[in-house]
Amino acid sequence: MTDIRYLAPPTLDEAVRAFAAAQGAARILAGGTDLLVQMRNGMVHPGTIIDIKKIPEMTSITEAADGSFWVGAAVSGAVLAEHPRFGKVWPGVLEAINLIGSTQVQGRASAGGNLCHGSPAADSVPAMVAAGAVLTIAGPNGRRTMPVEAFPVGPGRTSLAAGEILVGFTLPARPAGSGDAYLRMIPRTEMDIAVVGVGVSLTMAGGVVTAARVGLGAAAPTVLLVADAAKVLVGSKLDDAALNAAAAACSAACKPIDDKRGTIVYRTKVAAVLLKRAAAIAADRAQGRA
Amino acid sequence: MNAIDNKWIGKRTIRPDGADKVTGRAGYSADHNMPGQIWGRVLRSPHPHAVIRGIDTSKAEALPGVKAVVTAKDIVDFPLDKSVMLGIQDMRWMCRNVMAREKALFHGHPVAAVAAISEEVAEAACKLIEVDYEVLPHVIEIEDAIKPDAPILHDFVRHEGKPSNIATTMVNKLGDVEAGFAQADLIIERSFKTRPVHQGYIEPHACTVSYAADGRVTIWSSSQGQFMVRAMTSLLTGIPQSNIRAIPAEIGGGFGAKTIIYLEPVAVLLAKKSGRPVKMVMSRDEVFRATGPTSGSMSTVKIGVKNDGTIVAAQGTFYLQAGGLPGSPLRGPVGCSFSPYHIENVLSVGYDVVSNRSKVAAYRAPGAPLGAYATECVLDEIAEKLGMDKLELRLKNTAKPGGKTVYGATFGAITFKETVEAIKYHPHYTAPLDKNPSKGVVRGRGVASGFWFNAGGESSAQLNITEDGNVNVTTGHPDVGGSRASIANVTAELLGIDHSRISVLIGDTSSIGFSNLTGGSRVTFASAMVVTQSAEKVIGQLKERAAKIWKIDPEAVIWDNGEARPAGPNAGQFPPLTLKDLAAKANEMGGPIGAGVQLNTTGADPGFATHCVDVEVDVDLGIVRVLRYTAAQDVGRALHPDYVEGQIQGGVVQGIGWALSEEYLYNAKGQLDNASFLDYRMPVCSDVPMIEPIMLEIPNPKHPQGVRGVGEAPIVPPLAAIANAIHDALGKRFYSLPMSPPKVLAVIDG
Repeated sequence: MTDIRYLAPPTLDEAVRAFAAAQGAARILAGGTDLLVQMRNGMVHPGTIIDIKKIPEMTSITEAADGSFWVGAAVSGAVLAEHPRFGKVWPGVLEAINLIGSTQVQGRASAGGNLCHGSPAADSVPAMVAAGAVLTIAGPNGRRTMPVEAFPVGPGRTSLAAGEILVGFTLPARPAGSGDAYLRMIPRTEMDIAVVGVGVSLTMAGGVVTAARVGLGAAAPTVLLVADAAKVLVGSKLDDAALNAAAAACSAACKPIDDKRGTIVYRTKVAAVLLKRAAAIAADRAQGRA
Repeated sequence: MNAIDNKWIGKRTIRPDGADKVTGRAGYSADHNMPGQIWGRVLRSPHPHAVIRGIDTSKAEALPGVKAVVTAKDIVDFPLDKSVMLGIQDMRWMCRNVMAREKALFHGHPVAAVAAISEEVAEAACKLIEVDYEVLPHVIEIEDAIKPDAPILHDFVRHEGKPSNIATTMVNKLGDVEAGFAQADLIIERSFKTRPVHQGYIEPHACTVSYAADGRVTIWSSSQGQFMVRAMTSLLTGIPQSNIRAIPAEIGGGFGAKTIIYLEPVAVLLAKKSGRPVKMVMSRDEVFRATGPTSGSMSTVKIGVKNDGTIVAAQGTFYLQAGGLPGSPLRGPVGCSFSPYHIENVLSVGYDVVSNRSKVAAYRAPGAPLGAYATECVLDEIAEKLGMDKLELRLKNTAKPGGKTVYGATFGAITFKETVEAIKYHPHYTAPLDKNPSKGVVRGRGVASGFWFNAGGESSAQLNITEDGNVNVTTGHPDVGGSRASIANVTAELLGIDHSRISVLIGDTSSIGFSNLTGGSRVTFASAMVVTQSAEKVIGQLKERAAKIWKIDPEAVIWDNGEARPAGPNAGQFPPLTLKDLAAKANEMGGPIGAGVQLNTTGADPGFATHCVDVEVDVDLGIVRVLRYTAAQDVGRALHPDYVEGQIQGGVVQGIGWALSEEYLYNAKGQLDNASFLDYRMPVCSDVPMIEPIMLEIPNPKHPQGVRGVGEAPIVPPLAAIANAIHDALGKRFYSLPMSPPKVLAVIDG
């Protein structure tokens, strides 16, 4: 019954000003695939909606000379999939983003929205954590950056301060011999939400892991960076002992709940299984086998 | 009629409703609008169990934009001490389901409804209604509801003389089960649990209702029976049936659940009070929370066999969830579980258990799948123990013509054996299965059979020849599965004219005679029968008209390939008269041409099915995927094969969901925790393989085209077939559904 003000500013500065001016009554709209559902369910009643899709910085994908990628927070999964280079460099991140929703939803849904929604089960986040993505955030006090794993602080809660907007992701330059992968467990084959999700990024040389990062989703109140799992992979040839140790570290990192989507016991076991499977795919990609 | 050279029967013609449906033009429940229409919303109980001490609607009524408010006191009361039945529905329970009366019996139970100028105002007004609840302890699961100290839902329910949540007991008996077990060499007894599952139709319940100044009511809604909508609305509002016209919209799925109503009488009362047309549309959340799933169950099945596999006795005990009001489908498991087999001694007992859940509604072969699940899993174990082929065990015991069933009927010609043999010799069953294709992956194959009663009942048809010599056929049944396409084929065949010259319509309650529900796998059977008789009458009229024109005896005229011809040279030499010729001369030769038939149809023999499935289990994640599925069924005659195959495939897919992923989940507060398609996990397309139907066309001798009901039998075997396949893969048996990944992994990890 209340009127909603809709703004679509052409610049980030204007968006930040309008967002601050609304004093908490505004919501940011990228694809809207979470926001519009929340509004329909009566969970949020924004007085102002600020559409960020007119802001070039937030809808662009750029590969820098050093090989790093900029992905604007409002870039949709479908647009990212069509980029000629991104999926070749970051296949695991792309497959994670492309798991959000259906084909129709992919035309709208963005990694930025997926992250800001704050769900521990968000598919793109463990892959971004594994990738070592760094966020750019803009607010009334200017810009700041933070690693993606520092962003979520609890279910539905993020470390964005009042008036701040997520601008986009910087994915670091990729050394030769790198590969990443994301796997999630869902009971169905499509149209479902992760019971557990694991992202793995590896760099390998001569069959030996030289760098590794592991992101774990839907197994704790926030998506986690599992440093202990990465640590045992580095220096290994991904032999059974290393994989078992990394899998055990993944299970140990789990602080899940029993809910309608899975049990504590099940999630803890599945995190270990997915770590091994995702590491195998990432290794194949790192070594040019897939 | 069953000849191979039929021109139309058995052909895959374009369905009459197809173009409208693929172009978005078809009008479903929520698509009808009226000038001046207002919106109705329902206030639902936030408590699973509470006495309603009072309802104050004054603040809601005072809200600007609110036009009417109704509560249970506006609905006709059916006192608890006197049963009034409409078909299988007891109006005592229907009136309390449509609007809570003495008590709110489940979270989401309607307690009041508002009509206002917009949905938002109606919703805001609902929040202003003050309900004085006395909250009571609630009970959700069967095992808790039958405990001696369980919260009792209804004071009037007694079991063995004591207050209880067991509302009804059904006992079916044949022979002497104790004496039977005494002869057995092997007895297996196992207990099983199934969860409530929702029919999962895509179209939510909705209606638009007009209450005119002269007291005449028009209802636009989708249902499995416009006459049921009229009758129930009449009973619950006190408006005579002659003043209610129920117009059937296209239906976006019902699967049994739209054989009762939720919104229509409420909307009528809101329209009557406000003087405005009222539209009501349920949200998906409301559909899950407050419309009927089918029962969850606890069953124990005991079967005794001789060493040669002969079944000598069978006993089944089935506890079914009814929801907040009595009326679970006991007849399904009690009557169907053992009926594919010839067994001399059977005892089958069902208990109807109320608890604080939404009242169950019919779902495809109501109750039969959960019974067959128990029986067919026990048979699988018996075959294993005897070292016998699973299909051989079934063939050894197939029901026989003249055999007596536990539910009282004596079988005529039956065709169960043919379904078992169809699987036994099918390349699916005979193909080798690689049981361990890769590390961590195992495969297995399972079989199971099933039975459904099928039904005849009341149907009406009217077949009219248009002035230009084409055909309109009207029946009284909502078309849920392609019945119009089948009727078009039958009419074209009988009249010998091109299919494109026939329009098949579904009449509203004022334009066609009474026709019972679309349910019980009865519509194609029954409506083809009345349409056939109508067509025969019309052909009789056409021959009379030709005889009159030719001035010969009507007996000397034949109807052949769409034309009247003299029966032979002795009848005279006349050029044939086509349907168009005769229609053009209709008025001068006696008036319009057309005929209708209204019947209580009989002769719907039961349906049998045997299924074979291959599954693959990811042993590290506990995920079960269905790789291949073959379903054999006696379909009598497939008037339109696409829609017979569609029924078989659809039933199997719903069975796969029931077996592997679907369940109602309640939280500790007694609230449904997964009231959405995201968390109520029905299979999606990519979860299932192409289901291969084997249509055995063994004509039903009691039907003019040989039709046998096909819609329900296909959902009966899948639960057990999949459980048996998982056992074949893992060597472990499962005794509860759904066999979801956490449960499967827990069993694997043992």
